[in-house]
Amino acid sequence: MTPSSRSATALPPADRVVPPSGFTARLTGFTSAAMAFLAVFALALSLASGRLADRWQAALAQSATIRISAPPSQIEAQTAAVLAILETTPGVADARALTEAEIAALLAPWLGPDLPLDALPLPRIVEIVETPDGFDANGLRMRLAAEAPGAVLDDHTRWRRPLVAAAERLRLLGLIAIALIGAATAAMITLAAQAALAANAQVIRVLRLVGARDAWIARAFVRRFTRRAFLGAALGTAAGMAAVAALPATDAAGAFLTGLGFAGLHWLWPLVLPPLAALVAWAATRAAALRELRRIT
Amino acid sequence: MIELQKVAHSYGGGELFADVTLALSPGGFFFLTGPSGAGKTTLLKLLYGELSPSAGQVRLFGTPLARMSRDDIAFARRRIGVVHQDCQFLDHLSLAENVALPLTVAGATTAEADADLDELLAWVGLDTRADALPPALSGGERQRAALARAVIMAPDVILADEPTGNLDWDMSLRLLTLLVELNRMGKTILIATHDLALIRAAKSQITARVLRIAGRRLQTAGAEL
Repeated sequence: MTPSSRSATALPPADRVVPPSGFTARLTGFTSAAMAFLAVFALALSLASGRLADRWQAALAQSATIRISAPPSQIEAQTAAVLAILETTPGVADARALTEAEIAALLAPWLGPDLPLDALPLPRIVEIVETPDGFDANGLRMRLAAEAPGAVLDDHTRWRRPLVAAAERLRLLGLIAIALIGAATAAMITLAAQAALAANAQVIRVLRLVGARDAWIARAFVRRFTRRAFLGAALGTAAGMAAVAALPATDAAGAFLTGLGFAGLHWLWPLVLPPLAALVAWAATRAAALRELRRIT
Repeated sequence: MIELQKVAHSYGGGELFADVTLALSPGGFFFLTGPSGAGKTTLLKLLYGELSPSAGQVRLFGTPLARMSRDDIAFARRRIGVVHQDCQFLDHLSLAENVALPLTVAGATTAEADADLDELLAWVGLDTRADALPPALSGGERQRAALARAVIMAPDVILADEPTGNLDWDMSLRLLTLLVELNRMGKTILIATHDLALIRAAKSQITARVLRIAGRRLQTAGAEL
């Protein structure tokens, strides 16, 4: 055997057999990066909505209030009656009447801090903390109607349901956005792969001439597009995470809307995006390649 | 090995040739000649399964082409080395990588490939040009590299389409010598050419059957060759 004068082994890796195709490769990388960037925000929206729904559910589910509106001469008696009823109501862990100062604090955001409480016919508010099992709201309403006719029970259901439903809908929209981003990525990569295959018809002819199976040829293209998609998505994800991290922190005033972002282990979720993009690219390119190879004779 | 039975091929609405019957027997040396446009290249494409006949039957290693899957055809092509006039290299790969391409697609190991390749490049006199890219090669180097690629899988049959079309006479003889050597090793050779001098040079070294496409039929050439 003759000593080799070659600089390296002669077997080219399968993906190097396909010539570097600048346009389609750049398109795949850019598309993946842009889509991953958007997907990070969609994911942040979805996760934040989920947290919001959980928080509202938790904050509102375990509490209720009773509003007592009665003539001044009866209000103390009805308040005492309400508290007495609540002491004997199963499912009520604690109940207390809010002080005038607390009521003023609740009204301050709408009516201002210098509220002349004496001049206003304010109702009494009794705050109820439920046990985990909760109480029988209908039974309590019937007892209140009999013993304190000015008392109205508000178990927050009418607030909680639409808020939680809205938050759940936002979470769903976030997930739909991620699915659409995935589909758009697949469509773009499919087009890029088809363009690459069409541009490399001569390469495909040569590979077939030397005995390459269609699955091998497809694999050569698929590897390239999968790697490009992964690298692009990794860059896009990193940029998206940095952008989310740079969002203004939620302050106390806006706390009830929660911050758009990730919390705790949720920061790990975006790391799923690059492998997911690679998977999408793999499936899209493979399907496109095999379809094109059947077409190219 | 490879057989054509009453094969016809139509192209662009017209019949290029018809009723072609040919059997490439093991160890045979064949020339295919005829005027330009007669269908020599088309006939070669039928012989390695790139085209399907419009009538008749092609059999590759005993199996009718019509019954072969794409994968079957790919595997059959590993037993057929093809040399084209334009060589059909991948210009972004080195000469050595192009020659090793059949091994790459067949999933050969690096050690196997390197051993076979070094020997082969030395045989065709290109061992010092292994790292060169195809555009940097001369016509003779390209044809010898194409021949090396055609034989690296140790095929049973070698089909060459105008392999000396771009070569001077000395280089044509050098390539012919390599093909004759392969035939003496038991390979079946078919060369499509219109170079009658090359055919005469070959017949002075080996027994070759000369076929001619004329009048849309395949005929055995006369004694003038």
